Amino acid sequence: MSIAIYIAVMAGVTYLIRMLPFAFFRRKIKSQFFRSFLYYIPYAVLSAMTIPAIFYTTHNIWTAVAGTAIALVLAFLEMPLIVVALAASAAAFIVGLFM
Amino acid sequence: MSHGIPICLGYLSVSFGFGILAVKAGLSVFQAALISATNLTSAGQKAGLDVIAAGGTIIEMVLLQLTINIRYSLMALSLSQKLDKSFTTPHRFLASYGITDEIFAVCSAQKEALTPAYMYGMIFISAVGWVTGTALGAAAGELLPAAVSTAMEIVLYGMFIAIVIPPAKKQHGVLFAAVIAAALSVIFRFAVPALSEGFAMIISAVASALLAALIFPVKEEEEAAA
Repeated sequence: MSIAIYIAVMAGVTYLIRMLPFAFFRRKIKSQFFRSFLYYIPYAVLSAMTIPAIFYTTHNIWTAVAGTAIALVLAFLEMPLIVVALAASAAAFIVGLFM
Repeated sequence: MSHGIPICLGYLSVSFGFGILAVKAGLSVFQAALISATNLTSAGQKAGLDVIAAGGTIIEMVLLQLTINIRYSLMALSLSQKLDKSFTTPHRFLASYGITDEIFAVCSAQKEALTPAYMYGMIFISAVGWVTGTALGAAAGELLPAAVSTAMEIVLYGMFIAIVIPPAKKQHGVLFAAVIAAALSVIFRFAVPALSEGFAMIISAVASALLAALIFPVKEEEEAAA
């Protein structure tokens, strides 16, 4: 399959998801269940995407564990996104020096 | 536009990680930058990359993007309620391109009605950061010492963790959804290796979000507070 087709499909679907409600929908969703589902879905997606995949990044389980641990601690302390993201990377790098 | 500068800086470094991953998945610098320019989203792009790398089907790609990015529909709905009168339908077609988690967060925090110029400025500078970072990451991934570029592979995941953990501390429903999704994802990975990563992610996420919605229905005040 051509990469261009994949990219076009990704872009098209993502744009429509944003555009349709923004341009055309003017009412409020009433169903509490549906609203709750929409509220939880991003967290569920991010979690499923991160675990277990994060342990396969950096090609070494211990550098990945170090990065994950630092990210969890800093996220728990509610540091800004970018600080958490770069610190995870720095931790993986530093532990990697000793491998 | 000034409201977009912190977003731009954040995007620069996170998309750098995406660029590195994209090249490792076999894409060119141009293709990586094109994905970033046309999608402007981290999670969806990363998942799309996984599908491309695995040679997945188009239907898998569509369902995956729908699942991951459906949150933007809700954000778009929410923002559509506070648009200035000058926001005509053509402006809505254009500006909807730039509804990301961070831009949504900044726009939601505005007291005044949103004008097209305000949103365009923020979207423009954010998109420049996102695409530039991707191109730099994709180009430099080869040049950087391996120790640095492998360490950067974890950047996106670090940001995902930073998005999930703070609300999970405060809301049982978010914690529940995140833990169940992670558990299902691990189970699929090891117990059903034949299932593609994309579908495993969709099933894990949808099942856990449905369960969370059943057990922990969200009240409107909570939604607004988050």
